[in-house]
Amino acid sequence: MEPVLRVDKPGLQTTIQDLGRGGHRAYGVPPGGAMDRFALAAANRLVGNPDGAACLECAVSGPSLVALQSCLIAVTGADFGATVNGEEMPLWTGVFLPAGERLAFAGRRAGARCYIAVAGGFGGDRWLGSLSTYQLVGRGGLGGRPLKAGDLLQPAAAPPHPQVAGRHLAEPLRPAYASAPRLAAVRGPHFDRLSRPARTVLWKTEFEVGKDSDRMGYRLEGQTLEAGGRDILSIGLAMGAVQLPPGGNPILLMADHQSAGGYPVILGLGRADIVLAAQLLPGEHVSFTETSVLRAQDAWRGLRAGLETL
Amino acid sequence: MAKPRIQPLGDAALLVQLGSRIDTALNSRAHAVAAALRKRSGIRDAAAGYASVTVYYDPERTSYRSLAAAIPKLVAHPGRVGPSGRLHRIPVTYDGPDLAEAADQLDLTPEQVIRLHGQPIYRVFMVGFVPGFAYLGPLPPALHLPRRRVPRTLVPAGSVAIAGAQTGIYPLPSPGGWHLLGRTPMRMFLPDSDPPSLLRPGDRVRFFPA
Repeated sequence: MEPVLRVDKPGLQTTIQDLGRGGHRAYGVPPGGAMDRFALAAANRLVGNPDGAACLECAVSGPSLVALQSCLIAVTGADFGATVNGEEMPLWTGVFLPAGERLAFAGRRAGARCYIAVAGGFGGDRWLGSLSTYQLVGRGGLGGRPLKAGDLLQPAAAPPHPQVAGRHLAEPLRPAYASAPRLAAVRGPHFDRLSRPARTVLWKTEFEVGKDSDRMGYRLEGQTLEAGGRDILSIGLAMGAVQLPPGGNPILLMADHQSAGGYPVILGLGRADIVLAAQLLPGEHVSFTETSVLRAQDAWRGLRAGLETL
Repeated sequence: MAKPRIQPLGDAALLVQLGSRIDTALNSRAHAVAAALRKRSGIRDAAAGYASVTVYYDPERTSYRSLAAAIPKLVAHPGRVGPSGRLHRIPVTYDGPDLAEAADQLDLTPEQVIRLHGQPIYRVFMVGFVPGFAYLGPLPPALHLPRRRVPRTLVPAGSVAIAGAQTGIYPLPSPGGWHLLGRTPMRMFLPDSDPPSLLRPGDRVRFFPA
């Protein structure tokens, strides 16, 4: 298929992502895929794609892309000041980009990751059932690496018919992104190992997202937490799990997390709150509030219901 | 078989703990339960740990409650436990940066460490951490050492290492806190194969000096 967009500037770290690869955790392969799975699904719906089509995930800053053929696009997630030929472009909206016009970004206003969908979805290297870029092993997406200037982006399929511009996801239906969100978490399997004072710290104080936070996970800095008990045999981990290594600074596991580990797992975020965490940058803050499995599932259903309006 | 302990891991995964020991029978059962669960509707993936199974489910197609009710029966009768797996003989050049120090701490000579490390036929208890990393054991008790106090930020791919009752091979350059005894030229991570790992749960491994 003919390329649809040309990359003039790649942005800080722009990768092809979809909803990730399941079924290979028993061989150490993490799920990968979009950090903010809601924003990815929404971007796809706005251009008429299936929820799991591949999009561009742009971290911290956006790329500069030129349309090689007219196409329907949408930008969701973080607000990096999207523009079309220098004019502000509405977010969470299907927009027609005529051939020769440029999608660029003026600069970050809020959030950490924005998603760009194109009608038909982005094509790339499929690895173990997913187009998601997994940089650690250099597979998936475009050669397993972030985009660079000069890359030509192919569509995965012909755009769905009819192409409808102007679809929009209203603000009340979007996640309540914040730079210091209060994340709802279910007690993890080793929560009981936390000392009483550690539990107070966990529920009552803020943690700062550490510098070396990335697609694998976030180091949460602040007051350290103390956990007792014997060594733990390694278990399979999940995105959104909060591990507690011996130093006492928790680690929130994100999309490219290590698949197994032997540190106590003290919390597990629900999917609706992983979405909020996905929009945090180092230096921003989080706190935690307790929820139940059923309430967390309801929160995700509530969010997903908004997509059904598209 | 004691009743398994089932606990949530967020809103779309749960952990089934079968025990708290490194034990071949428990581990076989964990893998059999994971295999049985992967075939169930509403299950996206299941991964066995040493003595546990983490289950990744779709709450729109099944519920925590129905899984928690069904899993104990599955643990009691997991069906056929897979075959004991393939035997891999893996050559090692025992020139690792921690060989002398590990021998010293164990009150052994480097030659004794090499001989002991090559004696057992190890079992692949699980594959995880990074793609293709196999947790092998049990290690002879004379070789048990706690992890290094300060982990290395970069361990080269192919490094053969020990920690506690375990031994393993780093498939990719990655951080690591185990003691590096040597290296193997064999590739553990096979990105163009499915599964992408030379070693699979239940396989057996024996090391020999290259």
